[in-house]
Amino acid sequence: MNTNKNLIKGETGDWEIVIGMEVHAQVLSESKLFSGAATAFGAEPNAQVSFVDAAMPGMLPVINKKCVEQAVRTGFGINAKINLHSVFDRKNYFYADLPSGYQISQFKDPIVGEGKIELDMPDGTTRTIGITRLHLEQDAGKSLHDQNPAESYIDLNRSGVALMEIVSEPDLRSAEEAGLYLKKLRTILRYLGTCDGNMDEGSMRADVNVSVRKPGGPLGTRCEIKNVNSMRFVMQAVEYEARRQVEIIEGGGVIKQETRLFDNAKGETRSMRSKEEAHDYRYFPDPDLLPLILDEAWVANIKATLPELPDDRKHRYIKDFGLSAYDAGVLVAEKDTAVYFEKAAKGREGKLAANWVMGELFGALNKENKGISESPVSAEALGGLLDLILNNTISGRTAKEVFEEMYASGKAAAAIVEEKGLQQVSDVGALEKAIDEILAQNPDKVADYRGGKDKLFGFFVGQVMKNTGGKANPSLVNDLLKKKLAG
Amino acid sequence: MSSLLELTLAQALDGLKTKKFTATELTNDYIKATEKCRGLNAYIVETPELALKQAKESDARYANGTARPLDGMPLGIKDLFCTDNVQTTAGSNILRGFKPQYESTVTSQLFRDGAVMLGKLNLDEFAMGSANITSAYGNVINPWSGADPVNAARKLVPGGSSGGSAAAVSARCAIAATGTDTGGSIRQPAAFSGITGIKPTYGRCSRWGIVAYASSLDQAGPMTRDVRDAAIMLRSMAGYDAKDSTSVNRPVPNYLDAIEGGIAGLRIGIPKEYRVDGMPAEIETLWQQGIKMLQDAGAEIVDISLPHTKYALATYYIVATAECSSNLARYDGVRFGEREIGKNLNEMYENTRAKGFGAEVRRRIMLGTYVLSAGYYDAYYLKGQKVRNCIARDFGQAFKQCDAILTPTAPSDAFAIGEKQDDPVKMWLNDVFTVPVNLAGLPAMSLPVGLSANKLPLGLQIIGRPFDESTVLGIGAALEAAAGFKHVPPFHA
Repeated sequence: MNTNKNLIKGETGDWEIVIGMEVHAQVLSESKLFSGAATAFGAEPNAQVSFVDAAMPGMLPVINKKCVEQAVRTGFGINAKINLHSVFDRKNYFYADLPSGYQISQFKDPIVGEGKIELDMPDGTTRTIGITRLHLEQDAGKSLHDQNPAESYIDLNRSGVALMEIVSEPDLRSAEEAGLYLKKLRTILRYLGTCDGNMDEGSMRADVNVSVRKPGGPLGTRCEIKNVNSMRFVMQAVEYEARRQVEIIEGGGVIKQETRLFDNAKGETRSMRSKEEAHDYRYFPDPDLLPLILDEAWVANIKATLPELPDDRKHRYIKDFGLSAYDAGVLVAEKDTAVYFEKAAKGREGKLAANWVMGELFGALNKENKGISESPVSAEALGGLLDLILNNTISGRTAKEVFEEMYASGKAAAAIVEEKGLQQVSDVGALEKAIDEILAQNPDKVADYRGGKDKLFGFFVGQVMKNTGGKANPSLVNDLLKKKLAG
Repeated sequence: MSSLLELTLAQALDGLKTKKFTATELTNDYIKATEKCRGLNAYIVETPELALKQAKESDARYANGTARPLDGMPLGIKDLFCTDNVQTTAGSNILRGFKPQYESTVTSQLFRDGAVMLGKLNLDEFAMGSANITSAYGNVINPWSGADPVNAARKLVPGGSSGGSAAAVSARCAIAATGTDTGGSIRQPAAFSGITGIKPTYGRCSRWGIVAYASSLDQAGPMTRDVRDAAIMLRSMAGYDAKDSTSVNRPVPNYLDAIEGGIAGLRIGIPKEYRVDGMPAEIETLWQQGIKMLQDAGAEIVDISLPHTKYALATYYIVATAECSSNLARYDGVRFGEREIGKNLNEMYENTRAKGFGAEVRRRIMLGTYVLSAGYYDAYYLKGQKVRNCIARDFGQAFKQCDAILTPTAPSDAFAIGEKQDDPVKMWLNDVFTVPVNLAGLPAMSLPVGLSANKLPLGLQIIGRPFDESTVLGIGAALEAAAGFKHVPPFHA
């Protein structure tokens, strides 16, 4: 437990934030959870609606095997127990974009049980966050209130699309951790190919439960912030909500358990409905569906065909490339980045490759808001540059210059070095000659140095570099100078 | 030759095969019959043009030797089955004018086999009722009304919820009909109307495209003149459907084989718990006669016990209402059916549903909402599920001692419209012998065995093992032969 550094300073002392999250992740599948209608984003309103999705009389749900497979795959991705027996329940409530008047969900017996995921904190520590469960459920349609002053329009394209609701334990302790949790979950889902993680298209949304307490004290009353749809908003919402609660408690008030909305524009949460107004969902097993029984061999086969997961990859990077947990975590966060890094690092030095990917490359890409897949410098090209550093053809400093040129022109590192004559001088004889010249030109400074003015060493290095047009191998210059000056 | 309307479905099929008459002639006679019987209010919608078109196609197939198992048979379809582009109301105002763009699996199989549709038959609203007095399209009159000259003016109910189906088959304005049975809705009206009806095992017929009342209990079945017709109809209606997750993938036997076999050596269970307080003596007498008939036909009679029977009705009204409260939530005025506007969404729901649903449907939705609500779920719904399991186990135990069970179908003969309407529970008691079967998911058939003192038909019920419709039909055929019930309602086409 990291206790101290995330606490809120209140007037009556420190407060600890306690956060649990329910993430709704849209399952990547061609068709919906209980109907054959398509799921692709961006279709004309009501173009992807079957009779089942519109809850026409007499229509019945039939489970989509692909969605079940994706849920099981995700279960393995979050190190969770797969329940071979699970049950679909009806969650009853009225709303215009919920055609059947109930959502088919899983209440008592979810398909995936307890699991956990690891968060890599920037300070190099690791936090383990418990997962309570993952269950499958249907999404609702969409109500459009801004199309007509007097009426609401309903788009049922999303109605019946499969969601995985992933519920965490109240293990998160700061806005930063909440953001990292969501990011990590997204990474895992994208590695698995079970959710595209596009938060701006609504493929991932989070309900965030926030409470505050005195460090180590009993849990406070929580408020649930509904449907927060970006990592930044999650962090803002937690920050705002925790401070709001602290202010209320310190002002002598009590927190009322309620559901709140996050206002993106104002960056604040506001009350949606109180506990008293909460729906009674009247859950009961859906009589149109039999319990979902999974075949053990089928489940085992899914496990056997899982791709390498981000944490496994991270541990491999730490072990094989000697990277820090944090650096490894950054590199594996996006599969494309990891693949790029591995290509650039292969047969070279992992740490050097990591520094270049996370330093120069990310810096240049971020400036243009580009993703790694759009990088003008390919992994192979970056590898070429690293080769020139590793075989002492160029110095690190020169390499930065070469990289800029590579990024701008797309040319290979070797070609640029050749063209511009940037090869490093590592010829001991040539360097000795240059050093001798400098020392001869500055007898007084040599005397001062030998008399104890150590700082003059930098002056001599600078002069040698200047005379060699910056191409002298810096560590070689250092060694030779030391010898000569020690004379 | 006498009227074509007197023919059973099996006889009519023979007549068509041997070219004694055409499907068009048969259909024309039935269209005239539906017109003649309009006073019964059995049909909500008549579809004579569609019927004639289908009959013509049947005739073409008979002519070129490609006739199908039900080719040219003019059926009435309970208005709970969705029929492509033909109004489907479920007997409710809320679906007035609703024309589905799809065909239920069961009706599509009937049409695949050549059946002709005369129209959509009246029923209790959303199949909730035992007298066909809750329909938004008016009461159905039992064609047996006036059988007893002493009470000639009494307008009798046909039973429910498949009251239109029962009345139409009984009065000969359909050669056979489809029904659905959630707590007795095929068997009780069959008994009240002097016809045969079988509720198959849960999962035997697809529920896809049938307006749902209580999903874990609803099951479609045929309502016919006799057992042989039921066997023929059921073969077309039954079968696995991938679109219904609760339908069961088992081959459908030729049920006609079963009715030829006789019942020698079969053990028939007689449950002592089916002698309920206040049951008229004539029901007990009929039951004893039935027992004797089966014994004479070679069956062995076994006393059995179904100890949880007394909880069945209460359990049924928990399970069925819970499911219906959820199933009927989709009738909200948003996408189809009637809409009553309001100042906001909630008001629109309230107005639409208050106007669209009748009293019995509202009562059951409220009951079901109550039994599922927080704080009551365990005491009602969960307890109900447990008792349901006990009831199913009772039958499982009993079937170790016997091959089928014989009981009365209903505790009385047909009553008059207006009777038993002061107290809903009195009405619900009508289903006391039929609901346990639905709770256990078993097949059961009712067939007419005798007349009451009021000269009204009385039925007996045969309950079978899961998916053993064949044995039920076989015993039915033996009982039918022994009973020789040939009575005809005073009013018929």
